Amino acid sequence: MTEDEKKNQSVYGDSPGERKIARHTLSILVDNEPGVLSRIIGLFSGRGYNIDSLTVAEVSEKLNQSRITVVITGTPDVIEQIINLLARLVPVHKVTDLTVLGPHIERDLVLIKIASNQDDLLKAYDIANEYGAIVTDKTEESYVFQYVDTTAKVDEFLEKITPFGMKNISRTGSAAMSCGKEKF
Amino acid sequence: MNTTALKQKSSNQTNKTKQLSGAEMVIEAMIEQGVDTIFGYPGGAVLPIYDALFQQNKIKHILCRHEQGAAHAAEGYARSTGKTGVILVTSGPGATNAVTGLTDALLDSIPLVCITGQVPTFLIGNDAFQEADTTGITRPCTKHNYLVKNVNDLPNIMHEAFHVAGTGRPGPVVIDLPKDIQFAEGDYIAKDKAITHMYKPQTDPDMAAIEQAVEMIANAKKPIFYTGGGVINAGPKASKDLTEFVKATGYPITSTLMGLGAFPAHDEQWLGMLGMHGTYEANWSMHDCDVMINIGARFDDRVTGDVTKFSPNSKKIHVDIDPSSINKIIHVDLPIIGDAGKTIEAMLNVWKDKGYKTNHEELNKWWSQIDEWRAVKCLSYKKSDTIIKPQYALERLNHFLQKNEKETGQESFITTEVGQHQMWAAQFLPFNKPNRWMTSGGLGTMGYGLPAAIGTQLGNPDGMVVDVAGEASILMNIQEMSTAVQYNLPVKIFILNNQWMGMVRQWQELLHGERYSQSYTESLPDFVKLAEAYGGVGLRATTPDELDGVIEQMLQTDKVTIVDVNVCQSENCFPMIPSGKAHNEMILAADAEKFDKKLV
Repeated sequence: MTEDEKKNQSVYGDSPGERKIARHTLSILVDNEPGVLSRIIGLFSGRGYNIDSLTVAEVSEKLNQSRITVVITGTPDVIEQIINLLARLVPVHKVTDLTVLGPHIERDLVLIKIASNQDDLLKAYDIANEYGAIVTDKTEESYVFQYVDTTAKVDEFLEKITPFGMKNISRTGSAAMSCGKEKF
Repeated sequence: MNTTALKQKSSNQTNKTKQLSGAEMVIEAMIEQGVDTIFGYPGGAVLPIYDALFQQNKIKHILCRHEQGAAHAAEGYARSTGKTGVILVTSGPGATNAVTGLTDALLDSIPLVCITGQVPTFLIGNDAFQEADTTGITRPCTKHNYLVKNVNDLPNIMHEAFHVAGTGRPGPVVIDLPKDIQFAEGDYIAKDKAITHMYKPQTDPDMAAIEQAVEMIANAKKPIFYTGGGVINAGPKASKDLTEFVKATGYPITSTLMGLGAFPAHDEQWLGMLGMHGTYEANWSMHDCDVMINIGARFDDRVTGDVTKFSPNSKKIHVDIDPSSINKIIHVDLPIIGDAGKTIEAMLNVWKDKGYKTNHEELNKWWSQIDEWRAVKCLSYKKSDTIIKPQYALERLNHFLQKNEKETGQESFITTEVGQHQMWAAQFLPFNKPNRWMTSGGLGTMGYGLPAAIGTQLGNPDGMVVDVAGEASILMNIQEMSTAVQYNLPVKIFILNNQWMGMVRQWQELLHGERYSQSYTESLPDFVKLAEAYGGVGLRATTPDELDGVIEQMLQTDKVTIVDVNVCQSENCFPMIPSGKAHNEMILAADAEKFDKKLV
């Protein structure tokens, strides 16, 4: 059977083919209630899209609201559709595409444990110092560094320091906010 | 004294907050929400609610024979009355059986509130008897759902559920209610005191966009209105305003399967349904138009055909209450977020206030082009003296329904199952009013028609309700015959019996080399005896001569009636847009022979 014949047998027509993809940071204000995260994640997983990173925490105890920051890579159509779908969820109050909105700040936090000989530990310490990472735990054989920066910077830091005895990494997703005086 | 003062006085006289059990709260909230009929099936985890139902007489409970039937009956009730349908089912299998109906309501935007029983809160997650993760299972197939873990949250959740189901783009809402919460006592909150959340979808259209749209409409040379279920959901006034606006412009109008009845089919501006089995004139007009006015339709894949070739030269206006419908499938030039009714009203006002007139010269050219397409007579079929053609059966059904309507004033309501008969019903039965046509559009659920007819008859006790069915679909919810008999519902089931899953057979004939894999419905019951066994009336027509008499007899019965119409087995549903093809590549019955040789 040729490709054309196969196509004609489908009830659903053709796939639109490859499109350009881009990375977007979405900021979502939600009611802090059970199941809200699952509803949001379901929109992504239900369409087969992977989330690059996700950060959730309560931001207002009084209003019982949480902010979710999602970083996702997709085509413009997919991103538009996901934003519209997010916005119509009942517990979602506001969805902002910070990437489209303009200049904004994004920060990830990483904890990295280095355990090695004195020579490597010293080198690791120098790198951490150069990047402005903080020593959060220290023994004779190990360090735990804490470093906060953009995703790309954190990647770069980890790449440099990892060869000197990386034992464990724990990092958050991005927390994000727009620049200037606007609310988002 | 005004009513608010009255209310305050009466609430001061009684306790400030009424103490009720969870089960009583459910009933009380339903009464306050104006519910008079609910559909359901009892079971262990909802017994407290059934006990509360037993002790009141404001809400009538209809016992269906399967939870899927209850859900479709509630859909039929909702679609034919414009109210929110209510379902009450038990935990576990009760909830999972309702899932098909919930999904159907989600895809067709039907407002439902479904209360599911749940095992007691302290057993949730323990694999208790008849436990299922109902909120987990129904999350992707509802507009919203709730698991109630505190009885004091219940009144607000009840009111909010009705608000969410019926506001914005309507849809199904599930409330999962553990049994201990049904027994627990708490403070009842009245409807007017309830906080119905932050859910406030935008329903008022942007006026600047309306002005722009009306200008585009007025300047169009080859316009077409393409309307959908959103107009029906917006209420009868939306259909009235749509008709007035379309008449004022003199433009052609087509509609989706879901939108039939919003504009009267007897009007000369009506082109018939569009899409895969739509009319030749509707699809060609969509393809060749220069301004497309989409109101309350969502560019479904059964409507658009190949999206890359969809109406290539038109400016598109898209009115939708759901922002996520905009630019989902087709990129449009002017999106308007808002309620279809409010938008049409606003458009009509701008049209009148600004004194817009249509360009008659261009419009006449457009109409003469459309008349050429109409002259193709795309719905014609070969008549037979010996075999009943399904199209002929529907023409006769329509004839007698119209006659009945004229003579007795009894309005006709049509429900359908899913398949060829459904498409033929959409093609051959004209709908002149909204809420008269109940069919499973988005999900395509076989077994929808009989329970939907039951719900429709309950919502419209004086109506003539006919389920146009196929012999395969009807067997999927045939148990609801008992429901129809129990409640004396004289629903008519008009089976176009060709002994095949007709649409499956049609695709296998045209696209799979006539390899009829599993599509012959063998071992069919004797439908006449089946109807009688349930306590209904069974009739049969095997030749065209018998047909009229049988239909007349059917219209006279006062019981649920099955009419087994033995129709031509090889008849296919045309016209048809083959998948992956555009609107201007549709094929007619006469092309069929060429068509199957080309593709197979």
